[in-house]
Amino acid sequence: MEPGVGSVIRPAHRSTLQGLLFVAPWIAGFLVFNLYPFCASVWFSLCDYSVLSQPVYLGSKNFQDLLHDPVFWQALKNTLLFAAVSIPLGTAVSIGLAILLNQPAGAQGLFRTLFFLPCLVPAISLAILWQWMLNGQMGLVNMALRPWFDGLNSLFDCSLRPPDWLNDPSWALWGLILTGLWGTGQAMVIYLAGLQEIPEELYEAASLDGTSAWQRFLHVTLPMLSPVIFFNVLMGLIGALQTFAVPYILTGGGDGPGRSLLFLATYIYQNAFDFWNMGYASALALVLFLMITVLTLAAVRFGEKKVHYQGR
Amino acid sequence: MIHVPQRRSWGFWLLAGLSLLTISGCAPKADSRTEGRVVLEYWEKWTGFEREAMARVVDDFNNSQDKIFVRFLSVSRIDQKMMLATAGGVPPDLVGLWDVNLPSYAENNALKPLDRLAREAGLSEADYNPVFWKLCHYRGYLWALPSTPSVVALHWNKKMFREAGLDPERPPRTLDELETFNEKLTRKNPDGSLAQIGHMPQEPGWWLPDFPSWFGGPSWDGGNRLLLDAPPNRDFFAWLESYPHRFGGPELFKLRGGFGNFASPDNPFFNSKVAMILQGVWMDNFIRKYAPEGFSYGVAPFPESTAHPLAPLTIAQTDILVIPAGARHPREAMEFIAFVQKQKNMEALCMAQRKLSPLAVVSDDFYRRHPHPYLREFQRLSQSPRAQPTLCLPTMREYSNDLIIYSNLVLLGRKTGEEARQEMALRQQKALTAKLDRWQRIAAVRTAKWNRELAP
Repeated sequence: MEPGVGSVIRPAHRSTLQGLLFVAPWIAGFLVFNLYPFCASVWFSLCDYSVLSQPVYLGSKNFQDLLHDPVFWQALKNTLLFAAVSIPLGTAVSIGLAILLNQPAGAQGLFRTLFFLPCLVPAISLAILWQWMLNGQMGLVNMALRPWFDGLNSLFDCSLRPPDWLNDPSWALWGLILTGLWGTGQAMVIYLAGLQEIPEELYEAASLDGTSAWQRFLHVTLPMLSPVIFFNVLMGLIGALQTFAVPYILTGGGDGPGRSLLFLATYIYQNAFDFWNMGYASALALVLFLMITVLTLAAVRFGEKKVHYQGR
Repeated sequence: MIHVPQRRSWGFWLLAGLSLLTISGCAPKADSRTEGRVVLEYWEKWTGFEREAMARVVDDFNNSQDKIFVRFLSVSRIDQKMMLATAGGVPPDLVGLWDVNLPSYAENNALKPLDRLAREAGLSEADYNPVFWKLCHYRGYLWALPSTPSVVALHWNKKMFREAGLDPERPPRTLDELETFNEKLTRKNPDGSLAQIGHMPQEPGWWLPDFPSWFGGPSWDGGNRLLLDAPPNRDFFAWLESYPHRFGGPELFKLRGGFGNFASPDNPFFNSKVAMILQGVWMDNFIRKYAPEGFSYGVAPFPESTAHPLAPLTIAQTDILVIPAGARHPREAMEFIAFVQKQKNMEALCMAQRKLSPLAVVSDDFYRRHPHPYLREFQRLSQSPRAQPTLCLPTMREYSNDLIIYSNLVLLGRKTGEEARQEMALRQQKALTAKLDRWQRIAAVRTAKWNRELAP
């Protein structure tokens, strides 16, 4: 110990100070880049603010406008519908893939790599790629679907056609959900790790009890995998509610046909940087923040009852 | 206890050295061309041959004197980046924007009024084609000067006209005639889907906000009120609605789904999917680059609901040069702008970009050497007393966005023209009123500031 220092600062305080010193850069970053913008955003949500002019206090006007803004409700509906469909679908597909890729088979490593590879594609490239894949006339998806539709048409004497994914308001959101499946590899890898953690004895015991494969999946795999499912669903929920990049690129920076691909995050961006209504954008952002917080807390409460940590 | 080494390890000095090298690498490099000169940062939206055309003007300016050096940079999403740089207090000295940016940027205090600087540089209204001079003004102040302008006209594919039994040298003269031609030019596949169409308002759909002008009137009174309930707008929305009735909404969307990128050989005008389009003077550049060999097209005023053969109607637009509020060297920036405005330089720039000239006087040499086969037609349109500035609302982004969405819903048959018009009127009038309320709150302060800047 250096002379003099120990006599002024007691050892307990000294270690606290050292700890604080080490976390100081993080605290400074948090204050400057998180807490201050958050507080400023709360203040701006109560103002008319165009970025280059002083904010003018409006009280709750932005929130009242928001309640009567049909575009906000459309964006909210799209966001929630997207989350409600894409999360269960993505979870089911990634668990299914993880189970398949957990089976002992030849070239297992190769398949695991192949299914994970699409996750390495940046979101922008992914969106541009799917713009072509989902093209109503020349897209690969419709090229694959066309023979099936032709078959159905000749069987039932009807004139069904593959959907015009990105131009038809009824199909655009489903097209986006389809693109989301492209990135299930990341969750799949986590599920794969979770599956490998399940003790083999549990399956052996269940088999001795005469259970079927489906029963083993329901009563052994799912409960044992529940912490991993909970983590992935929670992350998926937060990600789905913040969806921005892929629909933004898919629609060329627009809202999609009939605003069917307008999400809350896109609407916030449009108001902030296209329309220069930063006050209204802040109000929207606050609503999104509260929504994510409430849904996350609800998921955590649900998880406390249904998630089995270490088989408990 | 934590051990604190008393002597710096070699790793520390290596890291410090690398950091210093990195930091010094980020510093601007010394440039002999800029020594002793005021350096202007000029951001421009253009890329490709349009960028090259302005780069030559910049080089000419830099070589013409030894006091100012313009550093020219192509910037994507320039409108947003300029606004953010200005908000951050570090704007460039000069920016190349679009005319539609002016109202919202001026009201948001992002621009410097140029009346005084332009006057001192010897530039006045008499130097310009009136419609382009008008486009550089908002609320009585001059905010910009034109760089390269355009007017729009009907472009038609002569081969498709011939195949449909129409005279390829005779464009439609009224909107009714356009629709008669449209029926003749439209072809269907054996399965009933559309193979090609004569005309489609949404292709390319860049001037949807201006379309009501061809039906007899504008969409804004220039003040507090949008004119979406006036007859020209009612007729425009009814016209939009007639498309799904005649051709089928899903069929139109399916046809559109097969259109390729604008700047590609798959552009529907080049590959004979759409016979007649509304386009600007620049279209010839893309025709030369992407259209098949022997592609033959004509240019004429876009037809109105009622023919007006003596003074055709067109919509004028211009790229503009502005000086952001807070720019460090506004006088020097105006020197460069004034250099661009000289007839010789302006004509060189417009010719290289194959556009028309915004100036009142156009040289014979410009007409003689210009590669655009229809330059005289475009120049004549721009000088028409009925040439109108494009719609420049303070809420232009919201307005255009809504119009695209509603016109698509009408095209698909999801909304009637009347429903779309009413919903749009409600939303957009509200948005305009909110922007005008914002302006009323700050108008006195803003105009006092601008007047102080402009005082001698």
